[in-house]
Amino acid sequence: MIMIFGKPLLLLYGQLTLGLINGAFYALLSLGLAVIFGLLNIINFAHGALFMLGAYVAWALLEYLDIGYWPALVLAPLIVGVFGVVLEKTLIQRLYKLDHLYGLLLTFGCALIIEGLARNEFGSSGMPYAIPEALRGPLDLGFMMLPAYRAWVVVAAAGMCLLTWLVIEKTRLGSTLRAATENAKLVQAFGVNVPRLITLTYGAGAALAAFAGVLAAPIYSVNPGMGSNFIISVFAVVVIGGMGSILGSIITGFGLGILEGLTKVYYPEASATVIFVVMVIVLLARPAGLFGKA
Amino acid sequence: MLDVCDLHAWYGESHILHGVNFAVPEGEVVTLLGRNGAGKTTTMKSIMGLVGRRAGSIRYNGRETIALRPDLIARVGIGFCPEERGIFASLNVTENLMLPKVVAPGGLDLATIYALFPNLKERAGSQGTKLSGGEQQMLAIARILRTGARLLLLDEPTEGLAPVIVQQIGRTIREIKARGFTVLLVEQNFRFAQTVADRHYVMEHGHVVDMIPNADLAANMGKLHDYLGV
Repeated sequence: MIMIFGKPLLLLYGQLTLGLINGAFYALLSLGLAVIFGLLNIINFAHGALFMLGAYVAWALLEYLDIGYWPALVLAPLIVGVFGVVLEKTLIQRLYKLDHLYGLLLTFGCALIIEGLARNEFGSSGMPYAIPEALRGPLDLGFMMLPAYRAWVVVAAAGMCLLTWLVIEKTRLGSTLRAATENAKLVQAFGVNVPRLITLTYGAGAALAAFAGVLAAPIYSVNPGMGSNFIISVFAVVVIGGMGSILGSIITGFGLGILEGLTKVYYPEASATVIFVVMVIVLLARPAGLFGKA
Repeated sequence: MLDVCDLHAWYGESHILHGVNFAVPEGEVVTLLGRNGAGKTTTMKSIMGLVGRRAGSIRYNGRETIALRPDLIARVGIGFCPEERGIFASLNVTENLMLPKVVAPGGLDLATIYALFPNLKERAGSQGTKLSGGEQQMLAIARILRTGARLLLLDEPTEGLAPVIVQQIGRTIREIKARGFTVLLVEQNFRFAQTVADRHYVMEHGHVVDMIPNADLAANMGKLHDYLGV
């Protein structure tokens, strides 16, 4: 058996793959958080609940309407995006003139309500969601066997991150968004309907979380706690990457997922805490985060 | 073109403008002169709806804008160039230039803008805030010429710039006037103002206290010195 630093190579590959999958979810979720924080200045604690909601909507589409995985990958983000728009227009919008803390409290409350409702309606044990037929079975990479669905998750997440990055950095809409993040008042004085831009941005962030939720549905069981399991690590990722940094959250998300995987191989005891250890070190050395502007 | 009547403005609890009255006729370059703190910049921001609270009347071509949101005020045809220039660091020069929404036909096209401001073309891909102060000011003026806005609010465009750049900005203002734009200009430097303007309003303590046509400026020098304390 081939060994790397005293560990079997296949174990290493296996954990690296898991790390990459977790990293894909970290990246997608922290990306949405970064976009929302940049423009709304709100730490969206409801992000985990929106992720969970995405998975539930996909499950419900299949269960009640017989709508499968591929349409759900588009429909669930749309539905949750609309839900995000409603949430912003009815509740979050009222807090912009107050301290950031109120936004955090409000969205945390929303997260608890959404999760509570899901638990009440569907129970906490979780429901299975089948892997779509086209992605069942393993993929032979030559050096290891990789479940095809897991490969798809990494590719789809990376693709969505790249797409979001392109929209923000290379399009007219993206430059308006970046400018509004810097100075929303002036952008409004240039004729841009900034309140609408803010609402749509929150909706897009919610849709991104839901997209991640649909990707996650076949891997984890669809359960009310699936968002909160992730979200604490995701907040650490956002802090490490730098609040509001798009590229930072993508790179940090994948990077920390892989680091977590490596830790599981070499020092499993620390695997649950390694992200937070990194966060402490980064905060001490670079308080604005790796990619943040001080 | 712009009629400001009994305009009051507040920042939080502090009452800054106390009934400002003036008018900007179409095709003219009009300045607001006055000492620091007289309320010139606040008047500009009030016209754009960027102060905490405002009251009174601001009519653009007869249309009341006092209750409108800033983006809707921009869309009636007013372009704003703020005192701090407002160049966005996360946008390159082209993105900064293209940021303001086109609100009406008749704005300058990019070729004309680049002909007026050749530096901007050379630096199209640079980060906005990497430009020199003068270039940033040119960019801040250039980007509101594209939008079709016919009234331009320029807040201290010469502040902190070298004399040669100030002359260039003077030429630019005369050029855009010749193209039929109307300009409301806030200036500290009335020697500069008299080279471009048709009339001057003098502000003190949140009021407009006097109006001096540019042609009568020489005869009113003594008075103006008293107002401005120069």
